[in-house]
Amino acid sequence: MHRSLLAWLLPAAILAVWIVAGAAHWFAPDQLAPPSRVLAELGSLWQRGLLQQDILASAGRVLGGFAIALALAVAIGTLVGLNRTIERAIDPTLQAVRAVPSLAWVPLLLLWLGIGEAAKITLIAIGAFFPIYVNLVAGIHGVDRKLVEVARILGLHPVAVAMRVVLPAAFPSLLVGARIGLTQAWLFLVAAELLASTRGLGFLLTEGQQISRPDEILVAILLLAIAGKLCESGMLTIERRTTAWQDGLR
Amino acid sequence: MSAIRIDKLRVAFGDQPVLDGITLNVERGEIVAVLGPSGCGKSTLLRAIAGLDAHPLGTIAVEGDVGYVFQEPRLFPWLSVEKNVRFAARTPQERARVDEVLELTGLQNARETLPKALSGGMAQRTALARALVRKPSVLLLDEPLAALDALRRMQLQEALAEIIAAVGATAILVTHDIEEALYLADRIVVLRGTPATIALQIAIPPHKCRNRDCNLTAERSTLFHALSGDELRQEESA
Repeated sequence: MHRSLLAWLLPAAILAVWIVAGAAHWFAPDQLAPPSRVLAELGSLWQRGLLQQDILASAGRVLGGFAIALALAVAIGTLVGLNRTIERAIDPTLQAVRAVPSLAWVPLLLLWLGIGEAAKITLIAIGAFFPIYVNLVAGIHGVDRKLVEVARILGLHPVAVAMRVVLPAAFPSLLVGARIGLTQAWLFLVAAELLASTRGLGFLLTEGQQISRPDEILVAILLLAIAGKLCESGMLTIERRTTAWQDGLR
Repeated sequence: MSAIRIDKLRVAFGDQPVLDGITLNVERGEIVAVLGPSGCGKSTLLRAIAGLDAHPLGTIAVEGDVGYVFQEPRLFPWLSVEKNVRFAARTPQERARVDEVLELTGLQNARETLPKALSGGMAQRTALARALVRKPSVLLLDEPLAALDALRRMQLQEALAEIIAAVGATAILVTHDIEEALYLADRIVVLRGTPATIALQIAIPPHKCRNRDCNLTAERSTLFHALSGDELRQEESA
């Protein structure tokens, strides 16, 4: 009880300052809307059915991009982590691609894939791929050699060693990567939707800015915060459930 | 009939020879303890027998399956005790033996326990159970009890003696503990020197002293001298 209360202290303080700022007219109405305006706008958007569409559009893109990234990162990361030749052949290139700032991809993706869903999902997949890949490879490299030796003494085929020892041992690293990757997916979603879209939370942000509606912008920001937080705690729950065997501090 | 035959074994790490001219035959059902100072190559000998380190020179012939227990339990931390043991089972017969070896090692009440919740002794029992599930004809034990406290070590020495007798395996036990070697082995082999060679072999009387009061004073002092190097110096001066 006390611990969860502690976590609500800062949001409550921010809300209080926000209310005071609105009531005291510290900002012009077209710059900052008071919490009551934001709530009213949220209700109005919901009733008109617009908000649901935006949420669904954004969540769909995030999940789609994340799923593609996860599948690719697990496949490529496993091969790179296990095989030194594949690592030498692929990893330097991937690291170079990783070094490209995310937004640099946008013009190219728009040129290739147009402004449709494919470009957005591709951008999100690029953003989510690298944290998963990097963590999985590091996890595989960090697997205790002594455990691999046990499997070798038992005469396991290298594929069986990978499936039954290396990947289970690297699984916690994969989950850490997936959690960061999912956060990245939301980040890249906003980048994609800010630039070209007619639906989604990022679109709500641009629209709010164009028609000078800070309440609409804040609705989008609020929902993005909630979505990010939900994903984060969902992933943490999965991590805790599946890696309870770890003998760590928590 | 020998279960393990080693002839003129030489193992080197780079230019550094670790073992040289090791010739050793272990009979079926025999328990051989290998004693020697730390770092002299005792573990290297076991690893060579198990085929773990590449490129040993000479001949190593082992009859049947090998079970290996390391100094650390090396359990898979994401698997329960039972699943760690089951990990080694390949056939339906071996899977059916899981219960049997869990009982043999006194783990029947810890099946679902994860390694992180095991005591050192229980973890090492699990490692032993995992090595036993294939009914290996040869057990290679690399200081399996060295990390345990004195009381647990004595308990597990007794358990180990019973278990090895029960499964009828041939065993090579690497240890640095003279008492443990005298208690468990039919024969004691002392490695010494760089590269290590067999400096001494002592047969322990066939009745096998399976009690701790057993009088092996002469063997004890021979081993003590062999390990501290006195005996070799005496031989050289003679």
